[in-house]
Amino acid sequence: MAGITKRQFTAGRAKSRRGTEESPFAKWTLISIAMAFCLVFLLLPLVNVFAQAFAKGWAGYWKAITEPEAWAAMKLTLLIAVVSVPLNVVFGLAAAWAIAKFEFRGKALLITLIDLPFSVSPVVAGLMFIVLFGLQGYFGEWLQQHDLQIIYAVPGIILATVFITFPFVARELIPVMQATGTDQEQAALTLGANGWQTFWHVTLPSVKWGLLYGIILCNARAMGEFGAVRVVSGNVAGKTQSMPLRVESLNDEFQGQAAFAVASLLAVLALVTLGFKTFLEWRQQREFELAQHAGPAEAEDSGIPITSKIE
Amino acid sequence: MSIELRKITKKFGEVTAVNDVNFAVNDGELVGLLGPSGGGKTTVLRMIAGLEIPTEGDIFIRGQRVNDVSVQRRNIGFVFQSYALFKNMSVFKNIAFGLKIKKWKPADIAARVAELIELFGLSSLEKRYPHQLSGGQRQRVAIARALAPKPSVLLLDEPFGAVDAKIRQELREWLVTLHHDLNVTTIFVTHDQEEAMEVSNRIVIFSKGNLEQIGTPREVYEQPRNEFVARFVGVMNVLETEVSGEIARLNEIEFPAPGHADGARLRIGFRPYAVQISNDLALLPYRAVLRHTFFLGILLRLELELPSGLIVRSRITKEEYAQLGLEDGREVSFQIKNYRVLASESAKLPPELEARYQSPPSIGENI
Repeated sequence: MAGITKRQFTAGRAKSRRGTEESPFAKWTLISIAMAFCLVFLLLPLVNVFAQAFAKGWAGYWKAITEPEAWAAMKLTLLIAVVSVPLNVVFGLAAAWAIAKFEFRGKALLITLIDLPFSVSPVVAGLMFIVLFGLQGYFGEWLQQHDLQIIYAVPGIILATVFITFPFVARELIPVMQATGTDQEQAALTLGANGWQTFWHVTLPSVKWGLLYGIILCNARAMGEFGAVRVVSGNVAGKTQSMPLRVESLNDEFQGQAAFAVASLLAVLALVTLGFKTFLEWRQQREFELAQHAGPAEAEDSGIPITSKIE
Repeated sequence: MSIELRKITKKFGEVTAVNDVNFAVNDGELVGLLGPSGGGKTTVLRMIAGLEIPTEGDIFIRGQRVNDVSVQRRNIGFVFQSYALFKNMSVFKNIAFGLKIKKWKPADIAARVAELIELFGLSSLEKRYPHQLSGGQRQRVAIARALAPKPSVLLLDEPFGAVDAKIRQELREWLVTLHHDLNVTTIFVTHDQEEAMEVSNRIVIFSKGNLEQIGTPREVYEQPRNEFVARFVGVMNVLETEVSGEIARLNEIEFPAPGHADGARLRIGFRPYAVQISNDLALLPYRAVLRHTFFLGILLRLELELPSGLIVRSRITKEEYAQLGLEDGREVSFQIKNYRVLASESAKLPPELEARYQSPPSIGENI
C-alpha cells in the first residue's frame, strides 16, 4: 500500500514546489540521514560478512562450509524449517479463517495470543519449554519413563521454533481474509461446492500472495532463530546445533573466518527472502492496480444484446 | 406453487429481523421483495437460499420442505449484491464453476457456458477476469453463473444496486426479457420502489421484518393496505387533520368526514397526480403559490405553498404545464380530486392496527 501512495504522490507533483512541501534543504538533509544510517548500520555489516567469509579465499570458504559440523548445522536448520513452516501454515490458515470469518467469544483473546511470541523474549520462550519438558520440568519424569527426549534434542528445537514463528502466517492472512469477506465463499456454496472445494478453489487462491508472503517471513525466522533454540538445544556441535548457533560457537572459538562463512549462508538466505518478498509485493500491487484501473473500453455500454425487443 | 414460506420468523439474538411472514411464489413468477433497508427482505431471500436458517416456520420449494436441506442441495441460483465473482477465475471459469462442482462432462460444460455467454452478450469476454469487466458485465456474469446449473429458482439480492443509473435502466428491461425467455421462477430484493414496480409480476412489501402487503404493482399502488405501503410505493401527500362538524381540516384544506366525531384525528393521503391545478384563481377552491418545479422528464413535480405555509405536491405533464403558462412564483388555484383516509385515531384502537384491519375507507375513491 505504501508503494502506491508514494507513486501517486510523485506522479501528481508538478515542477514547482507544493505549498505543503518542505524546503529542499530539509528534504535533502532527511534523505541523507536516512541513507547514511542504512549504509553504516545495514549495508556495511552485510558487505563485511562476505569480506570476512572470503578472507582466506575460496578454498577457506569452501572448507568452512563443508566441515561435518557445518553440514550437520545446515541439515538441522533445513529440518527445522521443513517441519515448523508447514505446521504454522496450517495453524495460520485455521486461525486467520476463524478470526476473519466467524464471530465468537474469545476472539480478542485469540488475536492477542497470536501476537504473544512477538512480545516475549525468545530466551524466555526457550525457558518455558525447559520448565515444561526438561528433566526437572512438569512432564520431565513422564517423558523420561517413556524414553522420550524433547529438551536438548531436535523435537525441543522444533517446538521452540514453532512457538517463535507462530504469528507470521496468521498475521499476514488475517487482514487479507477480512478484506475479501465471505461473499465468494457463499457464492461457491450456492453453486453446490462443499467446504473443502470452497477452500481449495476460492479461499486459497484469493489469499495466495498473503500466504506466500507469510511463509517466506516464517521460513526466514525459522532458519534464523537463535535465542529460543540456544536455550532448548544444548548446542551440541553436529547434533543439536543449527546454523545461527554454529556461527556463535565458531566465533567463540576465535574461528572468525569460518563463523563468517556460515553466517554468509544465512545472509544469502536473508537476501533471497528480501528479493522474493519484494517480488511478491510488486506482484500484489500490480494485481491491485489492475483491479483499480483496468476499466474496460466498453464500460459505458452495457452491451446487452436483447434490449431492442422491448421497445 | 414454486416457493412457499409459512410462518417464517428469524431472530438474530434479541433482534427480530423477520416476523411471522407467509407468502407463496408461483412457478415462473418474477417477484420483487421491496422495503427500506433493515426491513428483512434480504434475510428472507437468504433463508430461501439456505444461507440463513429460519428461527421458526417452514420453507417449501416445489412442495418439498427444505428447512433441513443444505444450501448446496437446494438447487437455487443466487446473485449477490456485490456479485461475488471469483476474482481468480476468468469469466468462462466463473460460469463453469457450478457445473464443474456438479461433475458435468467437460464437453457439456463448454456447451452450456457457450450458450450462456451467447445469451448474455458476453462473447469475446470469456478470458477476462472480473476486475477487467464493467459493472453491468460483472452483473451479467454473476447471473449467468447462477443460472448455469439450471436452478429451479433464481434469487437476486439488490441486483441493480451497484451499477450507474443509465445501465440500471437497461438491466431492468433486460432482466424482464431474460425472465420472459427462460421462465425461471425469480425473486429479487430491492429498496427502489420504481424498480420493483417496473420489473415484478408481484411485489412483496416489507417493513421492520413484517410483510405489509403482497400484490401486483397496480394493486399495491392503487390499493395500499396501510399508510406505510401508501407512502413507500410512489409519492403521497399526507395530512394530519382534525375533525370538527363532520369536516376534517388542516389549515385551509378540508375534507368531508361524515360519521367522525368532533376532535377525531384523521390522516389523509392523496397522490400528487390527484391535485388538479388551474391558472384561473377563481376556478378551484384552494389557492397556492408555485414554489418549485422539478423536471422528471415528461412529468413535472410541483411544490405548491398555501398561504398558511402548508406544502402540497402535485404532478402534471409538460404539456399541461405549458398550457397553463406556469412558472415558479405564479399563483394558482387547485383542488384535490381524490384522497384516502390512511388512519383515524380514536379511543378504541391504536392507529396502526386500525389502519391495517379497517375495512376500506368509506370516503374517497381508490387512488
